[in-house]
Amino acid sequence: MGKLTGKKAIVTGASRGIGLAIATKLASEGADVAILSTSVKEDLAAKLSAELGVQVKSYACNVADSETVQNVFKQIIADMGTVDILVNNAGITRDGLLMRMKDEDFDAVIATNLRSVFLCTRAVARTMMGKRTGRIVNISSINALHGQAGQANYAAAKAGIIGMTKSNAMEFASRGITVNAIAPGFIGTDMTAAMDDATKEKYAAQIPLGRIGKPEDVANAVAFLASDDACYITGQILGVDGGLNA
Amino acid sequence: MNEEIFKKVTAVIVDKLGVKAEDVKPESEFGNDLGADSLDRVELVMALEDEFEVEILDSDAEKFAKVADVVAFIEAKKA
Repeated sequence: MGKLTGKKAIVTGASRGIGLAIATKLASEGADVAILSTSVKEDLAAKLSAELGVQVKSYACNVADSETVQNVFKQIIADMGTVDILVNNAGITRDGLLMRMKDEDFDAVIATNLRSVFLCTRAVARTMMGKRTGRIVNISSINALHGQAGQANYAAAKAGIIGMTKSNAMEFASRGITVNAIAPGFIGTDMTAAMDDATKEKYAAQIPLGRIGKPEDVANAVAFLASDDACYITGQILGVDGGLNA
Repeated sequence: MNEEIFKKVTAVIVDKLGVKAEDVKPESEFGNDLGADSLDRVELVMALEDEFEVEILDSDAEKFAKVADVVAFIEAKKA
């Protein structure tokens, strides 16, 4: 039996990269998972369901849009019957040096990476409050802690997630709902693949554990924070970065 | 006071605050008598909105000290 058997989970930005690894891990631990992405990925959901023997269903959801989030989450909670775990993972980058950064690039990153966390958390809060239990895991970034030239928007959004994580942890604690964040370091995904090789090599050389992280490294930490084993942990920011922030 | 509304409000309070129906009286105060904290109040207001299909602004909800206040508010909204 997996440590999440019977749990109902929602993962945003779940069609690829870290989000897909998280959805796969939660499902492999026995959770039914609603995977959210910008378009419906029925084949992916069917494949995960078949391979892992749980219910995985795909939903299209623009997580930055209030009304869409309300409607889609209502549907998901009706479909699954409840929700135990929310993983706010959806994120985009629109990198650029500040002097050249467009308003749209700043706003889009804040909307998708930060506003979405507010909207999705609010959409599950009532159900979790009523149950007197729940797990919310937000995916921040090491760049929320360190800063990164060219990522004023991304770093601000990810740092905002840390503030929201701590506030929500305080707000929901009396109802048995824990809220934590993970700050991934350099993880090999499509997002980081966009970087040039020299930058990647520079990073890898700085990582104490000597390798770039895998999406599964992050997923394992999420599964722990989403499990009953982590019931006494809330308001924390867990680095999954090979020691980069040590 | 509208008895029917009072009964429905009582049912919502019993459900959300986990108190006994006989302990819910018109003069019961949410904080002192019914043990509601700020989150309980929010949950209660949202449940009342659903039950009676009315919108309750935070500025209205802040004025709910006792059960009779809620019943009077709903009565006025439904009138």
